[in-house]
Amino acid sequence: MTESVTEAAIPLLELRNLGCERDERLLFSGLNVQLFPSDVVQIGGPNGAGKTTLLRALAGISTDYLGQIRYAGQALPEAAWEFSGDSLYLGHLPGIKKALTPAENLEWYKAQSGAAISIKDALAAVGLYGYEDTPCYQLSAGQLRRVALARLHLSRARIWILDEPFTAIDKLGVSQLEALIAQQSAKGGVVILTSHQDLSLPQLRMVNLQDYQPARDKTKNGLGGLSDGDSYHA
Amino acid sequence: MRDSTPAVSLFGGFVASFRRDLLIAARHKAELTNPLVFFLIAVTLIPLGVSPEKTVLALLAPGIVWVMALLATLLSLDGLFRSDYDDGSLEQMLISPQSLYFTVMAKVLVHWLVSGLPVTLQAPLLALMLSLPVDGYLPLLASLALGTASMSLIGAVGAALTVSLRKGGLLLSLIVMPLYIPVLIFGASAVQTAVQGGAIGMQLAVLGAFLALAIVLAPIAALGALRISTNG
Repeated sequence: MTESVTEAAIPLLELRNLGCERDERLLFSGLNVQLFPSDVVQIGGPNGAGKTTLLRALAGISTDYLGQIRYAGQALPEAAWEFSGDSLYLGHLPGIKKALTPAENLEWYKAQSGAAISIKDALAAVGLYGYEDTPCYQLSAGQLRRVALARLHLSRARIWILDEPFTAIDKLGVSQLEALIAQQSAKGGVVILTSHQDLSLPQLRMVNLQDYQPARDKTKNGLGGLSDGDSYHA
Repeated sequence: MRDSTPAVSLFGGFVASFRRDLLIAARHKAELTNPLVFFLIAVTLIPLGVSPEKTVLALLAPGIVWVMALLATLLSLDGLFRSDYDDGSLEQMLISPQSLYFTVMAKVLVHWLVSGLPVTLQAPLLALMLSLPVDGYLPLLASLALGTASMSLIGAVGAALTVSLRKGGLLLSLIVMPLYIPVLIFGASAVQTAVQGGAIGMQLAVLGAFLALAIVLAPIAALGALRISTNG
């Protein structure tokens, strides 16, 4: 009993006072989010708010951030190996080789995740049954995206980090993906995603990066007037 | 609690990366022949441009074959990580639980198998065109086999550093060329010495030492460079 209590007290993933820069411009700062098993978080914000930058930092591709990312109570750069075995990142770029067939592409990912499900089943689950041996350059953009999404079925990771997973996918695919995210949440996983689409998941939490943006407009207006409130009106 | 350790072996990841890259190389046959065609054309032009005289050519042959082999390797370097960078596979490589060292190693090994090894095997044929004395053939093969492998490894560092640049070709050559020079000196010297009837144990030993050092250090440098390149 006590063990499960302490386990629940430590968030699976925690962002502490996180801030990201891009080209020496602070995109957001002071971001505090705690993710417990079964949480689904949608990162919102306008274009250029730093959604992708945040997800790349979370996935461990970029280590260029302020603050801390903690995985199961450990700070991330130290626990990077454990984290990489327990997380799955799907970026803007699908990570799919066009010269290879979907099955050959997934073979490589399967060797990394050690999943139990067969590649054929994973492809069938994303509606690509019969396309196992079609070269990827013959597939449409949506189908290519589905090949990448098949990795979700092949993975045993608890943390999913999905950057715009609904891009180029048809309506049926969107509802299937939503169901898959709900299923992952039901299994005790954590899903972090960016999307401009409104999702119909009951457990969804929104984090809007705009709320964490530095007051950029004020600094642009003039350096002198900012330090004290009175002279700003002059 | 479920075990978070992935049920995959180190060797399994190496084999998967190796197989995938070999398959991709096999699908891009035109790119495969690029260094070979360059090597053939460049060497063929020498007798036309310099002199068809047998004695002159024989004197120049070791150096020419080695220099052209070096340039052919350099030509094929740019694409080493480029497609992975463009389609997002590189990001996935960096965050995979597999050791990046072995993934880079697998990529370099495939690169050597499709560029350095064919160039090495083609070299005796081209040496024949330059009337290299018979004593030089085996040393040429041995020195090129060792040398091109070192060059693939060293080149991987340069390719990793320049992968995020749109036009990194020239910079890549500038970074890699100084590191190729020792390989070229000892490689060409091995063939030259063999033709003159000397012992070439020393040169091959030095080339072997280069290779051993490159195997250990180059992938580490390359994976560090890859992390820098993708960080931005």
